[in-house]
Amino acid sequence: MPALLRLEGVTAFYGAIQALKGVDLEVNQGEIVTLIGANGAGKSTLMMTICGTPRARHGSIRYDGQDITQLATHEIMRRGLAQSPEGRRIFPRMTVHENLLMGARGHKPAEAEAAMAEVFALFPRLKERLAQRGGTLSGGEQQMLAIGRALMSRPRLLLLDEPSLGLAPLVVRQIFGAIRELNRATGLTVLLVEQNAFQALRLAHRGYVLVNGAITMAGTGADLLARPEIRAAYLEGGH
Amino acid sequence: MAYALQQLINGVTLGMIYGLIAVGYTMVYGIIGMINFAHGDVFMVGAFLTLIGLTLLGGFGITSVPIALALAFIAAAAIAAVYGWTIERVAYRPLRGSFRLAPLISAIGMSIVLQNFVQVSQGARDLNLQPLIPGSIRLMNQGGFAVELSWMQVLISVVTLAILAVFTWLVTRTPLGRAMRACEQDLKMASLLGIDTDKTISLTFVIGAALATVAGLLFLLYYGSINFFIGFSAGIKAFTAAVLGGIGSLPGAVLGGLAIGLIESFWSGYASVPYKNVAAFSVLAIVLIFLPSGLLGRADVEKV
Ligand SMILES: Nc1ncnc2c1ncn2[C@@H]1O[C@H](COP(=O)(O)OP(=O)(O)OP(=O)(O)O)[C@@H](O)[C@H]1O
Ligand SMILES: [Mg+2]
Repeated sequence: MPALLRLEGVTAFYGAIQALKGVDLEVNQGEIVTLIGANGAGKSTLMMTICGTPRARHGSIRYDGQDITQLATHEIMRRGLAQSPEGRRIFPRMTVHENLLMGARGHKPAEAEAAMAEVFALFPRLKERLAQRGGTLSGGEQQMLAIGRALMSRPRLLLLDEPSLGLAPLVVRQIFGAIRELNRATGLTVLLVEQNAFQALRLAHRGYVLVNGAITMAGTGADLLARPEIRAAYLEGGH
Repeated sequence: MAYALQQLINGVTLGMIYGLIAVGYTMVYGIIGMINFAHGDVFMVGAFLTLIGLTLLGGFGITSVPIALALAFIAAAAIAAVYGWTIERVAYRPLRGSFRLAPLISAIGMSIVLQNFVQVSQGARDLNLQPLIPGSIRLMNQGGFAVELSWMQVLISVVTLAILAVFTWLVTRTPLGRAMRACEQDLKMASLLGIDTDKTISLTFVIGAALATVAGLLFLLYYGSINFFIGFSAGIKAFTAAVLGGIGSLPGAVLGGLAIGLIESFWSGYASVPYKNVAAFSVLAIVLIFLPSGLLGRADVEKV
């Protein structure tokens, strides 16, 4: 089976700084794949490069068998990708409802309604806050909104950059449970960046380790969890 | 009292025109953080297009005023939309992501291009239009001073309010309006949600140009006389209105326009006509000292 997403030798730069140094990575249809790495390793850059901003300078990015390396960001996203980006990037002066509608771009109203009902089932909290402006939500609520907004387009590939950031442990478990459930029930493919490597590796089918802009290790979640060097570098601190 | 009422009527009329132009400044600033200095000249070109359109229609024997006005307006707005789009495409988009002053300089250049083009093609002298909508209502007569509300003033207010209502609906209730606001708040996130941000920015310029053209038409009908330089003073006034109301805020632009119109008209009525601009700009300076982000501008505090 061809991979849903395949990166080969991808590099990315911020001005003269090279943030990605030839990344090879694959995500198969129906998989949950996690990307772990230290602060500044280039995880968020990789997620954004997949979406064309910044654009990959070398290498190729293929999605669903087609080369998307040179496409404009909005064209890439319209092919069925969605991202809940680092820092959440909620539209602060739009209501929760409007933020969610932004995620459903191009859908018919009835479809958007159905997608919204699914999001509310996942995060009932959002339903209570429907008319509140995004900028006044609590950090955790904003995170829920960012994920909900990404789900509104009913994506085939969901890119989640640190969805657990700033959330209470109970909510983190709930979100991870939701990801697993969406994956199981709908076959949603997920590429997940997490600080919480332990939980991410337990959730994921496979994982990659990114160090200084390059992949240094890859394997199944269980495989990576068992490696001493992973335990030492990413799992110390009481999990 | 009667005199004050008359100044109020005149000021509101003028303020409506400024408000329509100011909306264009504030929209473009909101979405790409740039002062579109050529916007006043888009207004000026709109007035000329209307005049040319009316003259042509007269030549074809269409003399019914409402029909002629409607046709001239539609044609002028459509042409304005095309060059609003072109200006953005040619003069601003290539500079996006460049240093902040670059598009501003380009806009000033565009303003000069438009002024000179009209000066060369239409001449430098005032062009006149005979009053199309004569007549007025006498509201009161006090001590020999008659307060008059002309049908022209009624038309200006009605047209402006109707257009602002449609525009407000567009911005707050439609997918296009949501996309525009999304681009204004976080351009990159908008593109991550599949919004074609370049297209949205182009449409912003198109809508702004169409509004300025309406303002140009109303100006032409109201004053009956235009020249290639009207875009400069009206543009500066409308820009002041946008800043006074809080740049980036749509209701602020309208409020600012009304404020500038009223200041100008009351100052001309009670103090001195030559100093009316000084008065308007002084009020701007004073307001900005106490409210740096304008009357309805937001002091940017956002939760991170
Ligand atoms: N806009 C930018 N301009 C310049 N350098 C940047 C920019 N964004 C990221 N970088 C740099 O690129 C490198 C990778 O950053 P990135 O945000 O991808 O790391 P990350 O793995 O997501 O880190 P974290 O775990 O802290 O989120 C860092 O050295 C960072 O300083
Ligand atoms: Mg990051």
